Amino acid sequence: MADAGKGRRAMTHNIYMYILVMAGVTYLIRMLPLVLFKKPIKSRFVHSFLYYVPFACLAAMTFPAIIYEPDMLLAGVAAFITALIFAYRRYSLIVVALAACAAVFIVERLL
Amino acid sequence: MNFKILKEGMHDGIPIGLGYFAVSFAFGMMACSKGMGIVPAVVISASNLTSAGQFAGLDVIFTDAGFVQMALTQFIINLRYSLMSFSISQKLDDGGNILHRFIVAFGVTDEIFGISASRPGALSPYYNYGAMCVAIPGWVFGTLCGAISGNLLPHMLISALSVAIYGMFLAIIIPPARDSAPIRWVVIASMALAAAFKLIPVLSSISSGAMIIIVTVLVAGVAAWLMPVKEEEL
Repeated sequence: MADAGKGRRAMTHNIYMYILVMAGVTYLIRMLPLVLFKKPIKSRFVHSFLYYVPFACLAAMTFPAIIYEPDMLLAGVAAFITALIFAYRRYSLIVVALAACAAVFIVERLL
Repeated sequence: MNFKILKEGMHDGIPIGLGYFAVSFAFGMMACSKGMGIVPAVVISASNLTSAGQFAGLDVIFTDAGFVQMALTQFIINLRYSLMSFSISQKLDDGGNILHRFIVAFGVTDEIFGISASRPGALSPYYNYGAMCVAIPGWVFGTLCGAISGNLLPHMLISALSVAIYGMFLAIIIPPARDSAPIRWVVIASMALAAAFKLIPVLSSISSGAMIIIVTVLVAGVAAWLMPVKEEEL
């Protein structure tokens, strides 16, 4: 994160304009394919590609980012391993997320 | 109005809403601890409904990088939703009313896509509405609670909560990877490539948003070519 300092900064851009741009771009990305492409696609390749996209995308977003997110690298490694084990054992979303948080908290307290 | 399917969607949306509460709590906390007001933080969550995009958007706002940078960042990080919408579009039975598509579009998230893509047969928009009814309040209310407590929590807790979103992502991808060898290879290859982008000097100058797009298209493309999915699995 670029600015970890507390307190409000003077910004030259209006925050609600930022939010409007954010929300507008995000909605268009979701809406256009749903409204424009209604005919079924027969291609097995396209179906397979779309099937794999969420897994590839979420995996690339998670690792190695999770390792660098907490203050300490070792805490990030602990969070990754803990979340892997809990997810592998099929615990629910919230349990896996909280277990990863707990791992960071414990490592950062101990060291 | 199909109440039975609406209720099924709400039922399946409960764990998503709970997970969202935890992650958006971290978002609200992070936003306010950096100096954003409670109201803008909640407005971001209510209007965007996207985890990674919102966290990246905070960076753009706090570095005051401008609207073009904001649009590009959101485009690249959220481009995966267009692939998910594309996939839902194939399954969705709108009964001839295009308005359903405009509403369903707002709720295309990783998790809602996950449950609606795994529904057998044609997809009723009311299933998505049910899931959205539960998931969206979870996301918005979590942001509000996080924003209120953001300035009260010690930094050590904020550091711990920063990994919540990644824990949630792993909870989504690891169980299917355990069951399916092709998905397992996709997950391993994507993580290995993402790590290469981080560690190899020439590649590490590429923004994380661009990296996610490159890795996703490359890995999903090669996987679809080498390991095409059987029709009954789709």
